[in-house]
Amino acid sequence: MCLAVPGKIIEAEERDGNRIAKVQFGGIVRQAYLNFVPEAQVGDYVMVHVGFAISRVDAEEAARTYRLLEDMGLLAEELGDAEQPEPGMP
Amino acid sequence: MKYIDEYRDQHIVQTLAAQIARRTTRPWNLMEICGGQTYTIMKYGLDELIPTCIRLVHGPGCPVCVTPLEVVDKAIAIASRADVTFASYGDMLRVPGSNSDLLRVKAAGGDVRIVYSPMEAVKLARALPQRQVVFFGIGFETTAPPNAMAVWEARREGLHNFSMLVSHVLVPPAMRLLLGSPHNQVQGFIAPGHVCTVMGYWQYEALCRDFHVPIVVGGFEPADLLEAVDMLVAQLEEGRAAAENQYVRSVRYEGNLAAQRIVEQVLEVCDRKWRGIGLIPQSGLRLREEFAAYDAERIFGVGEITAEEPAECISAEVLQGLKRPTDCPVFGTACTPENPMGAPMVSTEGACAAYYHYRRHSLGAQAPRIC
Repeated sequence: MCLAVPGKIIEAEERDGNRIAKVQFGGIVRQAYLNFVPEAQVGDYVMVHVGFAISRVDAEEAARTYRLLEDMGLLAEELGDAEQPEPGMP
Repeated sequence: MKYIDEYRDQHIVQTLAAQIARRTTRPWNLMEICGGQTYTIMKYGLDELIPTCIRLVHGPGCPVCVTPLEVVDKAIAIASRADVTFASYGDMLRVPGSNSDLLRVKAAGGDVRIVYSPMEAVKLARALPQRQVVFFGIGFETTAPPNAMAVWEARREGLHNFSMLVSHVLVPPAMRLLLGSPHNQVQGFIAPGHVCTVMGYWQYEALCRDFHVPIVVGGFEPADLLEAVDMLVAQLEEGRAAAENQYVRSVRYEGNLAAQRIVEQVLEVCDRKWRGIGLIPQSGLRLREEFAAYDAERIFGVGEITAEEPAECISAEVLQGLKRPTDCPVFGTACTPENPMGAPMVSTEGACAAYYHYRRHSLGAQAPRIC
């Protein structure tokens, strides 16, 4: 129910006082209202819930989190303990 | 897809699981409070990747599941009228009311339609001026801004044939109730990422302080949820109890102020009954008095309908995290997604349905709790 999917704004226009965008999710394009994310621009990613963008995806934060996660993976690999944990651990 | 695939990376997921295992020295009970997160945990078997001494219990995080029986009965009464076109999110159609459900109303000739967005219901009202279009406005804080926006838009356009049956619920009051219960076993919460996208997470600091419980806002992909578990275990092992944010790519501390503004303009906080739990003070949203002309409950005079919850379903204990779906004697036998006895078996985000789809073949194979 609270599902929101990240999509890329490919077009945006004003219509009757509302800001409405075409948002691309993989191969699908759907309409979404941008009223709650006035800062979002064409090319930005937004989280869309029931036809409304509820946030602009913070690309910097996402990159930072992902780098952190990736570094953790690489580091663990170097240390040789990236295997799945034993059930019942520790 | 960008911002999805990278958070499903198997290598990262396993590394996070290993990190959690290294950190954990004793048993911890953690609760997620969003049906979408419950679904991810079950689908990817995240509970089986982490040490068995970390128990993930599933809270009342599915709005379809907590919508009270009497509200479903009110929806059925309205949708059965010949002059009404009733629009709803698809999940609500099979939720059993006292004597029927919305799908049966539709089968009997009622004009019941599934919509993806409340704005589609507004569009229906525009296209069908001779009919009363009623939208079933349920959900948590995430869905409140879109639903409020639909009412706002209907008024702006002067649509007199649009109304909403509102049964909105709020997460923090339910968490406070669970934490205050003498039966509570939850030691840490994963807060719902999209509720917090709208509302922020400052509200959760009071819960951390009052109950000395850590709360971490989590996302919805496997790596998000395991990172949230890791952050919770780190806090618990260190004896800390703070509100932290794992889902930084979507959630800001103060939330989405534009979305909060439209909710404040259209809706107001009220006491609300939760299916399986009962009345929780100040845990719901209703239309403000100035929007009474859009309140389906008043327009169709269904305010007096009440209903008693059936006793045979253990959804109350399941929704409070006190029992697992598999503890129910009718789970997977008399109660299935095709023939549900309770709401948690209806919605794909309900704990019972999630267990039915992903766990029913491994029943009894659950590892013992070792720590």
